Amino acid sequence: MPDLGLDVLFKGKNFARLLGGLGIALRISVIAILVSVVLGTVLGVLRQRENLILKAFMRLYLEVIRIMPQLVLLFLVYFGTTRSFGWDLSGETASVIVFSLWGTAEMSDLVRGALSSIPGHQYESAAALGLKKTQVYLYVVLPQAVRRLIPLSINLITRMIKTTSLVLMIGVVEILKVAQQIIEANRMNSPNAAFGVYLTVFVLYFLVCWPISVLAGKLEKRWG
Amino acid sequence: MKKLKYAIALLFTFILAFSLTAFADDSSAVYRTLDEIKESGTINIGVFSDKNPFGYVDENGDYQGYDVYFAQRIGEDLGVEINYVSTEAANRVEYLETGKVDIILANFTVTDERAEKVDFALPYMNVALGVVSPDSRVITDLSQLEADDEVIVISGTTAETYLIENNPEIKLQKYDTYANAKNALENGNAAAWANDNTEVIAYALQNPGYTVGIPSLGSQDTIAPAVSKGNESLLNWINDEIKSLASENFFHKDYEETLADTYGLDYEESLVVEGGEPSEDDETAENAETEDSSEAEGADASERVTLTVGASSDAARGTSRAGEACAR
Repeated sequence: MPDLGLDVLFKGKNFARLLGGLGIALRISVIAILVSVVLGTVLGVLRQRENLILKAFMRLYLEVIRIMPQLVLLFLVYFGTTRSFGWDLSGETASVIVFSLWGTAEMSDLVRGALSSIPGHQYESAAALGLKKTQVYLYVVLPQAVRRLIPLSINLITRMIKTTSLVLMIGVVEILKVAQQIIEANRMNSPNAAFGVYLTVFVLYFLVCWPISVLAGKLEKRWG
Repeated sequence: MKKLKYAIALLFTFILAFSLTAFADDSSAVYRTLDEIKESGTINIGVFSDKNPFGYVDENGDYQGYDVYFAQRIGEDLGVEINYVSTEAANRVEYLETGKVDIILANFTVTDERAEKVDFALPYMNVALGVVSPDSRVITDLSQLEADDEVIVISGTTAETYLIENNPEIKLQKYDTYANAKNALENGNAAAWANDNTEVIAYALQNPGYTVGIPSLGSQDTIAPAVSKGNESLLNWINDEIKSLASENFFHKDYEETLADTYGLDYEESLVVEGGEPSEDDETAENAETEDSSEAEGADASERVTLTVGASSDAARGTSRAGEACAR
């Protein structure tokens, strides 16, 4: 077996630091995901309404967030708010804000898409059966929409977890940054450490994202 | 109608994007003065966390290195706690412009362009650019690079600016972090890696199979602490500190503690700047060295490079450091 430099992980507190970095990445993404799922669903449902101003505003928000790379958003929120308003946000707060903004925008579009994919005759036949409007949503539309939503939102959620690696650019020391620190601190005595450390980072990301995929698969099967 | 809506949406987007930056100039002092820092009891110092041996984190999670050794001393002499902020090469100026750190001590090379945005204190180290390449094809002259060869640089470093200005024909491969640049060279993604010469010398010493083909590209530069533009109280304090530390040969001790393992003691005199000004002896020695090497390689690379830097650089050589910095 080639030397992967895995021994550097067991020096001092290195492995604990790596897990701590993963913890920070997860803290940012979990908060942002919760905010995104809730707000995104509400906004997605609101976007179904025939209100032009609301629609235009939502559209604008979505496009702005979609056009800008996450890195630009991070810089805008972290440095931009200090320049413009004098707010001194911490790197982590700025990251949570950016990831929530991004997640909410994308989630709202997914919800809107899922809702509008439910054919009109479903609403009509439910109404013909004498269901009230809330009942139509609750018992007919939502169950079908949620099922369509699951694979899409799992994509978004895992993408959000992985994209947290960008927050190292605004001084947040998350898992990837810790990995780079470990590799660099040992570049003399363990030049191969990059393989082992990045491999470990890969495994850790996998361990976090895989259960989410499994859960999603199970849910889909149960509701399918 | 639809087109109009899109046009309006687009307009709003731009307004939103620019309004965030437009306010920028209105803000008053972004920095904290010396007294405010002392009062708060904590100083924020931006350092590298993955640039061994200048600024890195050891296996216990503690910051170490040549820059950190000095930062530690600053904290002690100010009587405040230090909050280290992990910075990247590309965001160091931004950190000072927003006052999110008080001092940047992250291997920060003094350049004219940067001096417009931040205030540099007295230098504590010398640096030039160097180019490292694999033994299988050592690049000793930038002209050896073929049309489809690429050169690795780290975004926001002096090497990037230098190559864009003086050798725009060279294709650059840019990376945000040191670790990624290193991986790219080792994976053979590019023909060579241009960076500070200290970096490439150390890299070649530690990684057999790589050679520093160009040890000194362009003129010598210095590395100095930087503070937010206009923060005079802090700037003056740092300058006084650097001057007074000369009496105990602080930066030589710093070198021996942190850099000697990487560069050996041979480079001590040429790399360390004590008391804010390099001694005349060092200066002439360095120049002689550069000229020697360029002659040894034949009338070639280094000479061509010196010429492209411009006549002003030649004039500045040996006169004043400030002049030299201007030549960049």
